[in-house]
Amino acid sequence: MLRFILARIAMALPTLLIVTVSVFLLIRMVPGDPAALMLGDNADPASIAMLHAKLGLDKPLPTQFAVWFGNLLTGDLGSSIASGQQVLPLVWSRFLISAQVVVAAVLLACAAAVPAGVFAAWRQNGKLDIGCVSIATLLMSIPTFWLGLLLLLFLGLKLRWLPVVGYVGIAEDPWRGTLYLIMPILTLFLHEMGVILRMARASTLEVMRLDYITHARAKGLTEGAVLWRHAFKNSFGPTWTLIGLVLGNLLGGVAVVETVFTIPGIGRLLVDAIFGRDYPVIQGCMLMVALVYVVVNLLVDLCYPLFDPRVTIE
Amino acid sequence: MRNFVAANAAIGSFIIGVLFIVAGIGAIWTPYDPLGISFRDKLVPPSPGHWLGTDEFGRDVVSRLMAGAATSVWISVTTVVIAVTIGILIGVTSGYSRGWFDRIVMSLNDALLAFPGILLALGLLAVLGANKYGIIVALGIAYAPSVARVVRGTVLSIREREFIAASRVVGNSEAYTMMRHVLPNCLAPLTVLTTSMFGWVLLAESSLSFLGLGVPPPAPTWGNMLASARPYIGQAVWLAVLPGLCISITLLGINLLGDALRDRLDPRMRDRT
Amino acid sequence: MEKNLLSVDSLSVRVTGIGLDVVKNVGFTVQAGEIVGIVGESGSGKTLAARAAMGLLPPGIATTGGSIKFDGEEIIGIAPRRLRQLRGSRIGMVFQEPMTSLNPSMLLGHQLDEGLALHRRLPEAKRREMILDMLQRVGMDQPERALGAYPHEFSGGMRQRIMLASVMLLRPALLIADEPTTALDAVVQRDVLELMVGLTREEGTAVLLISHDLGMVARYCDRIIVMCRGEIVEQGKSDELLARPKHPYTRKLLGAMPKRGADRSFPKEEQPIVSIRNLVVEYPGRQKLFKRDPAHRALHGIDLDIAPKQVVAVVGSSGSGKTTLGQVVAGLVKATAGEVRFDGAPIGRDQKAYWDYRMNCQMIFQDPYSSLDPRQTIGQIVGEPLRHVRDMGTAAARQRVVEVLEEVKLGADYANRFPHQLSGGQRQRAAIARAIVRRPRFVIADEAVSALDVTVRAQILDLFTELQNRHGFSCLFISHDLGVVEQVADRVIVMDKGRIVEEGDRSTIFDAPQHPFTRKLLSAVPALQAAPGGGVRLLWRLDAPEGDPLSSVQKPANRPA
Repeated sequence: MLRFILARIAMALPTLLIVTVSVFLLIRMVPGDPAALMLGDNADPASIAMLHAKLGLDKPLPTQFAVWFGNLLTGDLGSSIASGQQVLPLVWSRFLISAQVVVAAVLLACAAAVPAGVFAAWRQNGKLDIGCVSIATLLMSIPTFWLGLLLLLFLGLKLRWLPVVGYVGIAEDPWRGTLYLIMPILTLFLHEMGVILRMARASTLEVMRLDYITHARAKGLTEGAVLWRHAFKNSFGPTWTLIGLVLGNLLGGVAVVETVFTIPGIGRLLVDAIFGRDYPVIQGCMLMVALVYVVVNLLVDLCYPLFDPRVTIE
Repeated sequence: MRNFVAANAAIGSFIIGVLFIVAGIGAIWTPYDPLGISFRDKLVPPSPGHWLGTDEFGRDVVSRLMAGAATSVWISVTTVVIAVTIGILIGVTSGYSRGWFDRIVMSLNDALLAFPGILLALGLLAVLGANKYGIIVALGIAYAPSVARVVRGTVLSIREREFIAASRVVGNSEAYTMMRHVLPNCLAPLTVLTTSMFGWVLLAESSLSFLGLGVPPPAPTWGNMLASARPYIGQAVWLAVLPGLCISITLLGINLLGDALRDRLDPRMRDRT
Repeated sequence: MEKNLLSVDSLSVRVTGIGLDVVKNVGFTVQAGEIVGIVGESGSGKTLAARAAMGLLPPGIATTGGSIKFDGEEIIGIAPRRLRQLRGSRIGMVFQEPMTSLNPSMLLGHQLDEGLALHRRLPEAKRREMILDMLQRVGMDQPERALGAYPHEFSGGMRQRIMLASVMLLRPALLIADEPTTALDAVVQRDVLELMVGLTREEGTAVLLISHDLGMVARYCDRIIVMCRGEIVEQGKSDELLARPKHPYTRKLLGAMPKRGADRSFPKEEQPIVSIRNLVVEYPGRQKLFKRDPAHRALHGIDLDIAPKQVVAVVGSSGSGKTTLGQVVAGLVKATAGEVRFDGAPIGRDQKAYWDYRMNCQMIFQDPYSSLDPRQTIGQIVGEPLRHVRDMGTAAARQRVVEVLEEVKLGADYANRFPHQLSGGQRQRAAIARAIVRRPRFVIADEAVSALDVTVRAQILDLFTELQNRHGFSCLFISHDLGVVEQVADRVIVMDKGRIVEEGDRSTIFDAPQHPFTRKLLSAVPALQAAPGGGVRLLWRLDAPEGDPLSSVQKPANRPA
């Protein structure tokens, strides 16, 4: 078991390295001089040279990478050009804000969609199944930014149940902080529920055809026992993998929902940095999200043998 | 259930058909100039003169939705073509050569897949600049690795089938076997993938435009129309509802069509009946 | 009249979606302790008829009439709760596919205990003791270890034993066994069947054995029910049914059982068309993260000669290397050492020698569903080999395709159809047509009839013999099925674990086998003897004790009593 874990971690390391290199190269691929771009057209040569030195742009590429990578290992991602803040603490604090929205939404979506998907598969082609699939397909088809706007319109403006825009940290004011988070979480929850439900249903259907399900029935087990003890555990693998992907993708795509609800998360930070050509922040955000994505998928893979004892190292 | 599947397929095809027709018309003709500003007519609700109302600059919403459809469809189709072409080239060569070439290409491919697609696109946009062509290239590169994965997987599984061995025993060259037997049998899964990818790209394009990183205003896309409608959400509901409705219906059509294609083309599903 | 344990009366089963009746007005009985066989080909409804008795029809298929009484109690329309009490406890079921009939993610201990805990109120320690005892009885070496293992740690034969243990643990009154050994190797097949029959005899359990294999059913069953297209065409005592079949379909089934063909002789001095010398195949071990697994040697120095016009059969169980041998000879797998000669010239010598061989060596594959490109028409598939024939114009090629399609009795109109529009037998005919369209002098047939139904298999074998006689190609005929081999082979090679353990003329191998492995293989295959009633009697070649002067054909002790 330990060997499996170590091998899987070893397999993730090259990926992380390539991710790091591509993020580093990104800033070098910008057409024109990034320093000049950042400082604007009227910048004097002296300040451009200063920024060059500060960003290390006056040295050869491998040296630049070595210096940058060295700093990265010590946790130094430079500082924001726009605000002068240290990048790492900035990115981390914004990441935590996004993470609470995304994680809450995905957990809720799993809790609702997985049982519903298994149930729909059990009732394959019945009215309930067709209903579940239709609703899931519909939910999946509504883009989050529009779903967010609609919720804003009805729950916020028409019914006035929830505050419309803004953000308060949960730590500062738990009650109001939660109120502000409800709509963004609901938005993501509804969208991802469709995706997960369909996957849970499809993989359960795949398993329900197999002989060991009939065998379980032939033993005299109740339908509940057949479904949960035999079908669910064996069909959960693909859904579990999907959940990992969804979690990672949401962290990348959360900018949209954060824009709708004006939440200062990592997505919004990245988009603003792209607008402002704040390259250290862009790099920081991308590294952070890619790192989390790789780690989440690693954890998902490591848990996989729990559902399928046949899985070991390739 | 059969009727349900058939009905879904019909609805999906109908929606996509209408989308392409509207986009085609929108590219050459719209009732009003989609960019024609008229402050006298701003924020007019839906009425006989402007069926779906006007926006904050008095521009006709019907015209802007049609022009937006044209832009979105053009961007999505071009992007999908780029992604699928790159993906097929990489996937086929890699899946058929196997060995060290396959291993290197697939490690790089997997590293690209280690970025969430939209994040990769955002990063590339930072480099390429936020405009139509930037989006096409960024999304094309972001989605090509998924195509490469699927194509390679399909090639690998088809290679194991007996008719490939039969082709070799006949004396056919590897290249002939590839072109004549492997590729045609990749078409079914590729069709399904291409359909879903059209949806992903359309959604990604609207999201980026919504964020202000896509097609820059004043040129309309459904995404940037929604973004500019946000401040007026209280006064002009139609501005926030209509573009989103268009995107949702389109995505629904694509999803329904994709499901129907999967049912038809996936051999596992076929064997089940 | 004896009390019926199971009595099925005018049962009908329908696929509800398309209104197709798959079981029509079927009636039969099973008495306590009796072994009854249902025989039929695919689509005969035998499995559905048996599953209906447990209320286990797949979704979309339902009973539309009739009655099923188990121990006097009506099963159709029974309350689900009561049905669950019967399942497992009174009626058990064993499935065909040992690879998918056990839950892959559940410890075997839990799976075995599940039914027992549900139906029998016993303390845990007592249940564990019963499970261990039963595992021992089905021949598990380390029952303790098996409890903490997952199914994938065992071979197919072992899993089927475990499956049997799990069902027999509850000592049901009736066991439904649906093709319980079809997926297993011939040798293992017999062991598992003997075990099943032995166990059920000891417990007094009645068995409903469903199979496509008339020989096997006849060997173990008291009575046989023959089904065809959803109907029972004939039923009766095993010996009588075999000796005096009444219904034409039963006769057809009996006629489809493989029979020995006429002996042919081959001049010794003639140069072999294909000769194989010291052929070795090694597969490199899997590349792990830091090291490589040791290489796996699939063939250990094989020598083999095939005379012109001769059919040489290779038999062996799975893992014997027979398929690898075929693939090397066909040029699909590279040999690690050794050589293949064609007309005396090593095929690896130069391009010309290889091409000469390539043009003259063709192959028929096992699975007609996978060996034809689904995107091409039969005409394209059959005509493809001709593109390498020099000086053959399009018209001549088309003419040849039509000719060959007629030879395999498909006819010219099949040229425009696609593989999915053909039945399994028709597809295999098309595959044969592709193999012989270039008039090769040597054909490799890799399990070419194994995937087919019994009667279709007989037709394809007849076709093969006919074509072989007409065109006189030599053949390397690879098969696990000794019955088929006895029908077509001139010479027989027996392989085990990558080595040839015995070889000789057909009559030598079948009448006087020397090697214990050959004898074990043969013990599973009946020899047929014409019976006065127009039917047959089955004679079983039994394992003789070591060193016993062998009289290979003995009168069977029909059932272990």
